[in-house]
Amino acid sequence: MPEHLSALDLVLTGDPALFAIVRLSIAVSFSAVLLAAVLGVPLGAAIALSSFPGRDAAIVMLNAMMGLPPVVIGLVVYLALSHSGPLGAWGLLFTPQAMVIAQTILVTPIIAALARQTIEDLWLEYRDELTAMEVGPMRRIATLVWDARFSLITALLAGFGRAAAEVGAVIIVGGNIDGFTRTMTTAIALETSKGDLPLAIGLGLVLIAIVVAVNALAWALRRAAERLAG
Amino acid sequence: MIRFDDVTVAAGSVTLLDRLSLAIEPGPPTVLIGPNGAGKTTLLRLAMGLLAPTAGSVTRTDERRAIVFQRPTMLRRSAAANIRYASAGSDRTRELLALVGLEHAADRPARRLSAGEQQRLALARALARDPTILFLDEPTASLDPGSTKAVEDVIRTVSERGIKIVMSTHDLGEARRLAGEVVLLHRARLVETGFAPSFFDAPRTEEARRFIAGELLV
Repeated sequence: MPEHLSALDLVLTGDPALFAIVRLSIAVSFSAVLLAAVLGVPLGAAIALSSFPGRDAAIVMLNAMMGLPPVVIGLVVYLALSHSGPLGAWGLLFTPQAMVIAQTILVTPIIAALARQTIEDLWLEYRDELTAMEVGPMRRIATLVWDARFSLITALLAGFGRAAAEVGAVIIVGGNIDGFTRTMTTAIALETSKGDLPLAIGLGLVLIAIVVAVNALAWALRRAAERLAG
Repeated sequence: MIRFDDVTVAAGSVTLLDRLSLAIEPGPPTVLIGPNGAGKTTLLRLAMGLLAPTAGSVTRTDERRAIVFQRPTMLRRSAAANIRYASAGSDRTRELLALVGLEHAADRPARRLSAGEQQRLALARALARDPTILFLDEPTASLDPGSTKAVEDVIRTVSERGIKIVMSTHDLGEARRLAGEVVLLHRARLVETGFAPSFFDAPRTEEARRFIAGELLV
């Protein structure tokens, strides 16, 4: 049987091993994006609305951190979580939690940088009105984040794309342990090196399908919400 | 209500207002007129407190201020939610939507309204702050005649309710229709001020005569 057909079989028959890997991958990447959003959106908003010495340098650094190499993040998190590291007592190395930590560090700068740009652009538009209405700083941030919510979804999608596709960080801190920390990307790398191409191709198809489905859902939500809110 | 004493506003080497003194008192609308770049918007922003004078002083009695900008920005939410957002206290959204004739558009996204409807919504939103003085920066610029009349009707109603209107316009017809007092600005300076009938019938300055004749363009 051609390899792409047996790969399709694995997907269509709901192969348990394959779907365990898919479930873990989704859980890790969604958790990381959620945490990164909680950290990154307020950080981006704070930078967008404040002025402080070195602000331009902070923005350049934040933008530069969008391109952090995943293997370097993996290495840093590995060193921090290893037994002799400062967080070694947590015992998180080679667990899904360690993978979430690494991906959160990877994704937070992306969400923060895109949120900063989005919120700053909207602030330029709203500044006169909100100032005239004497809106205080906290309500100002809440207003801008809420009104920029459709654009911020794009930032979250960019973060999700980065998290779902990366392999370098999770393979270092997760260890690619079968049935425990094996994700789609690490499994694809492993199975390809072992020559098990059907599983690698099957996982690849599922990964692409998930990324497309998440983006399609977000796009549909955004269109529907824009029609309602303007 | 507001006194400007020898006020100058400068941005770099450009003087936006030059040693202006003026008192704005309660009563019928005060209308600022003058060619583009005369300083009308700067004076409104200064009065609202959005700008600080470079020199001189602005003295305000204890009043609540609101402003409608020439191109108001609608928040990305419904028309009613825009008014609720600005509300100073009790929710008068329905009453204000009715005042500006937008009851039918309460749930529509504010940004999808026509330019005239957005201008009226901006008026309602400013009124939600329960102001004692309302600044309007060219509230009918770029509106069609029907929308202009609708906005002018609201301004008249608001003024009759005792809210002081201070507005700018470059439309002499509008100034004649609405003004109680006229303030003519030209090249950052106050040229002439007076009650509307005497200003239009017997202008005291050459600039005012030329502006009324349509000859003072810059």
